[in-house]
Amino acid sequence: MISNSSHPVTTQAALTAEDVNVYYGSNLAVRNVFLEIPKNRVVAFIGPSGCGKSTILRCFNRMNDLIPGARVEGKITFKGQNLYAKGIDPVETRRYIGMVFQKPNPFPKTIYENIAFGARINGYQGNMDELVERSLRGAALWDEVKDKLKGSGLALSGGQQQRLCIARAIAVEPEVILMDEPCSALDPISTLRVEELIHELKQQYTIVIVTHNMQQASRVSDLTAFYNAEATETGNKIGYLVEYDQTQTIFHNPTEKATQEYVSGRFG
Amino acid sequence: MTIDNPQNFGSDRPSEASNFNINLAGRYKLDRIFESLTWIAVAIALLVLATLIIDVLADGLPRLSWDFLNNFPSRKPEQAGLKSALFGTIWVMSVVAAVSFPLGVGAGIFLEEFAGDNWLTRIIEININNLAGVPSIIYGLLGLQVFVRYMEPLTGGRSILSGGFTLALLILPIIIVSTREALRAVPDSLRLAGFALGANRWQVVREHVFPLAIPGILTGTILALSRAIGDTAPLITIGALTFISFLPEGLQSPFTVLPIQVFNWVSRPQREFHDNAAAGIIVLMVVLLLMNATAVFLRNRFQKKAS
Repeated sequence: MISNSSHPVTTQAALTAEDVNVYYGSNLAVRNVFLEIPKNRVVAFIGPSGCGKSTILRCFNRMNDLIPGARVEGKITFKGQNLYAKGIDPVETRRYIGMVFQKPNPFPKTIYENIAFGARINGYQGNMDELVERSLRGAALWDEVKDKLKGSGLALSGGQQQRLCIARAIAVEPEVILMDEPCSALDPISTLRVEELIHELKQQYTIVIVTHNMQQASRVSDLTAFYNAEATETGNKIGYLVEYDQTQTIFHNPTEKATQEYVSGRFG
Repeated sequence: MTIDNPQNFGSDRPSEASNFNINLAGRYKLDRIFESLTWIAVAIALLVLATLIIDVLADGLPRLSWDFLNNFPSRKPEQAGLKSALFGTIWVMSVVAAVSFPLGVGAGIFLEEFAGDNWLTRIIEININNLAGVPSIIYGLLGLQVFVRYMEPLTGGRSILSGGFTLALLILPIIIVSTREALRAVPDSLRLAGFALGANRWQVVREHVFPLAIPGILTGTILALSRAIGDTAPLITIGALTFISFLPEGLQSPFTVLPIQVFNWVSRPQREFHDNAAAGIIVLMVVLLLMNATAVFLRNRFQKKAS
């Protein structure tokens, strides 16, 4: 089958990856990733465990810097700037490219403080109460927590905690939100609410989401990137990007056989 | 219909069931034997402690009085008191806490949160762990040379400062190690959450990691200070005096401390001085308990604030 849309991107790119290789120590973990993430779209990363999708995700806001021994080669471009060029400050980068983690990790502080922290450290000058309300509304959480803003963020349910983490991320007004399996620790109803939220968020933000749930990828994303891993002689796994296309195409009419097998549940 | 043994499930596979020897009675017996052994271990420890405390209380309680606390040492046992030693201990412990807490916690935070994992930090780490095991008298010799002799213009020789510095060195490794343990117990997900919002390391440590680690750090510091308050050898080495009949006037004053005073009284032949020693031990224990209680109180307050 031939796909005509090898360059599915028609709008402006928010992030691009050019020939990205990631090493942990001397082991190559992911190789030769070329990718373009268009603005205000949701891009899903799918693939079996150990294929490097989370690793690539963490390259976009330089969270890999925090892992000892991790090294990134190649070019990641955000708004025309190579994020791995000399003089690029990862701390500043992360304000523009936020992140939501696999397990909800609110700070053990009040709901209000959870939102206010990021704004405060980034020198927010405006009205903090308004920002907290706006962020919580943005994460569809305001109505549930407006009477307990001074209560602990840890007192919320798992799904609420994850939406609090999303609210916390959008409080610093990023342009991109990276989500690393944001629903894997949530029940189906909470998952649904987060997915609805992602639909709304894409009006304002570019979203990259790693997921193991293929229904989720097909429900929330516009584009899907399928990663796979190959084993080397030494037993290490090297991840690579197999196919990247419109989600419709990936799920119904993929070019690669491996993609076809993965999305139809025959392996992975 | 009656069931003789409600737990006799029987087996649908008689041929395979014989491969298992359940032997419940034997397993429960081992369980009980182990329980008794651990109970005996607790009992012996408590018994020894109780014997010590009762013995000391019996000897020392009659001797405890306001005069005993308020008198200076004397050649006559019935007039002797430990005022100078009590004040000396308070002065020295203040110096120890003021020096060791910021240095120890600072070093712990640096090693755990800021320093990378390279050969230099690994060497530092090994050395700190070794230092924690060095006998206290070695620290006394170090203190004698460095604080009493080299730094005499600053410390005033055999002074409260020298003693405090020496004891602070002694407990620094303990505070550093316990600070690192406390920091390591803070989940990494909180650090990542902070970094992902564009915080730098100082902001993450100050706002999220340190507040959660404070209770653990305080516990470690209490244990370390409890060790310092009772340690006698290094102070004898640097020349804390045993007979001081005046109160310290400043950080550079000569001094004595409670364990040295107790040591002095124990080493005298007269029986009355031995009772003084017992009373001195009671005072030392009370001071120690007060210190621990303060720290436990502080820890609980921080724990409430953090959650």
